[in-house]
Amino acid sequence: MNQTAIIKPVPEGTRTIGDVTVPEPVFSCRDVDVFYGDKHAIKKVNIDIGRKQVLAMIGPSGCGKSTFLRCLNRMNDTIVGARVEGLIELDGQDIHEKRQDVVQLRARVGMVFQKPNPFPKSIYENVAYGPRIHGLAGDRAELDEIVNLSLRRAGLWEEVKDRLNQPGTSLSGGQQQRLCIARAIAVNPEVILMDEPCSALDPIATARIEDLIDELRESYAICIVTHSMQQAARVSQRTAYFHLGDLIEVGETNKIFTNPQAKLTEDYITGRFG
Amino acid sequence: MSPSILFVLIVALSVLAFQLGKTRAIAMVGGQRRIRDLHSLPGHYGLLTAMWCGLPALVVFLTWVLLQDAVITRLVIAQLPAASQALPDAQLGLLLNDLRNVVAGDVPPEMVAPETRVAAAQYAQSRDIAELALTAIVISIGIVGMLWVRAKIRPDLRARNSYERVIEILLFGCSAVAVFTTLGIVLSIVFEAFRFFSIVPVTEFVFGTNWSPQMAIRADQVGSSGAFGAVPLFAGTLLISFIAMIVAVPIGLFSAIYLAEYAPIKVRKYVKPLLEVLAGVPTVVYGFFAVTTVGPALRVAGEAMGLPVAGESALAAGLVMGIMIIPFVSSLSDDMITAVPQSLRDGAYALGATRSETIRQVVLRAALPGVVGGVLLAISRAIGETMIVVMAAGLSANLTANPLEAVTTVTVQIVTLLVGDQEFDSPKTLAAFALGLILFLVTLLLNVIALYVVRKYREQYE
Repeated sequence: MNQTAIIKPVPEGTRTIGDVTVPEPVFSCRDVDVFYGDKHAIKKVNIDIGRKQVLAMIGPSGCGKSTFLRCLNRMNDTIVGARVEGLIELDGQDIHEKRQDVVQLRARVGMVFQKPNPFPKSIYENVAYGPRIHGLAGDRAELDEIVNLSLRRAGLWEEVKDRLNQPGTSLSGGQQQRLCIARAIAVNPEVILMDEPCSALDPIATARIEDLIDELRESYAICIVTHSMQQAARVSQRTAYFHLGDLIEVGETNKIFTNPQAKLTEDYITGRFG
Repeated sequence: MSPSILFVLIVALSVLAFQLGKTRAIAMVGGQRRIRDLHSLPGHYGLLTAMWCGLPALVVFLTWVLLQDAVITRLVIAQLPAASQALPDAQLGLLLNDLRNVVAGDVPPEMVAPETRVAAAQYAQSRDIAELALTAIVISIGIVGMLWVRAKIRPDLRARNSYERVIEILLFGCSAVAVFTTLGIVLSIVFEAFRFFSIVPVTEFVFGTNWSPQMAIRADQVGSSGAFGAVPLFAGTLLISFIAMIVAVPIGLFSAIYLAEYAPIKVRKYVKPLLEVLAGVPTVVYGFFAVTTVGPALRVAGEAMGLPVAGESALAAGLVMGIMIIPFVSSLSDDMITAVPQSLRDGAYALGATRSETIRQVVLRAALPGVVGGVLLAISRAIGETMIVVMAAGLSANLTANPLEAVTTVTVQIVTLLVGDQEFDSPKTLAAFALGLILFLVTLLLNVIALYVVRKYREQYE
């Protein structure tokens, strides 16, 4: 299928202001609805996610940004009573299609969580876990290479190279979060989803993660949910503003922050609520 | 006044003291509306007064009631004729028994010896005096305590603090009861076991392979020399516990995994309590299930396969014991698996792990120490289990690893040694205490390890 250069048309009646579409998107989402039981958590969201750039999702608590993020690798499948409707395409393929295996989807779309959640294994085994279950390494040497590379790219190698056999939980919070990022990039995904990755970290650890996100952008598409508008402004190229399940406005980050079009967006980023 | 009425009186007096203290406190600051001038709530002053009224009185009351009989008995004995006092302890005991029966009115006075009759009259008289004295003393202690605190009540009296301090001491006392009981049990076993080891060498007991705990009543009796080698018993215990764990660990663990990870909420809601019902079945019921159903069934099955299965076999006892222990393994494992944070599962799912990969490599790994702890508790339960093995495992002390034969266990032997008429100076009876001591040490060790492991695991996720 010729997926590049085609911009998937946005359905009529979308209320989102700004540039919903991008050329050659990695993800394109059309009319996505999410229900938790009777609760309508996400309402008709249309958005494209571009390659090699960072999309920040901001908005007040409970606005559905994390829910939307979890749609992209079908993590909502694990929640009882959650239902996702609408079209989400990864490289032009519907991720809800029958023959789409959720295991493969998640290998292509990595995720980093709010609280660092290293497995109760050694540092090495934490990073090696993904490559192992997907059979990415032929032998031990290859696996060592993947672990080494992933830890380097996550900026953790120098700190842990002498203690790869110690438990991952023995690291500090910021190191644990970088370990989780290393774990995610070890399976070589196309997209990395980050759900408030710095909210449990101190400012120094946060700054390191932000630098890391900036470096990773050269290889991956990154979606980051954040409560910090400064963080969104620092790390992202595009920003999406969610409000009560609606995607209000999306566009280039500097445009959103300097010249927001929607009243709600302006109120939020000027600190009138949220 | 009889002790029970006196007890009720003390309680009533304390209630009165509460009211008195409370009203007094309110009166000190000049009425209900000014009670904020008091350091504590009026009720605290009431409670403090009630406590000083009731507690010392109760303490005196209880000690008195406990000691009264011994003291009076001694007084009565001192007044007996010299001939009676010189009697050996056993006969003196009989005499005192007669005496108490007469006092209680169970035996008419005409039926006992005249000097006993006199002594009984003395006993009854002393008792009446004692009870009268007790009543007077206890009630005056109560009243003095009540009035003393009432006089001390001032707005700045820290009634709440004093009251809470006393409550703390009471709570400590309650927990001390459990600890001291355990200590008492241990000491009683240890002393009897040492008496046993002074007759039978420890080495023979621990390393001997022949168990036949008979003691001769006459010197020329057949089989007059007992053998106290406990190895066959421990071997039997281990064999049965091993079979039980082979049944209980996989079934318990797998059902825990199903319940915690796969079962729909509805299924879990009904299956989990049902599984735990297994723990509530009396062990004697398991015992006759083993004897009447499992044992014969195994024998029939064995015959069909040409294997000689004894009617009472280690296998039957072990299988049924395993079923009994399933809930111990499953319930604790289920708790541990449920306690693994969802974020760990999410982490694995987000890497593209399947459900079974997540459970095997992440969830179970995280829950492992807890599961191990649960299994250790189950083992100690299996080792100490008595009823099933008494009924289903047999009595013959075979040293064998063949589960189809009858074996006997430590607990079974303790039961058989102590059932019936005993003389507590023969090694036959004392052997039970030695066995009990070893059993106690083993299960204690297992429990300590299990608790340590479980606690260590809990800390990790809090």
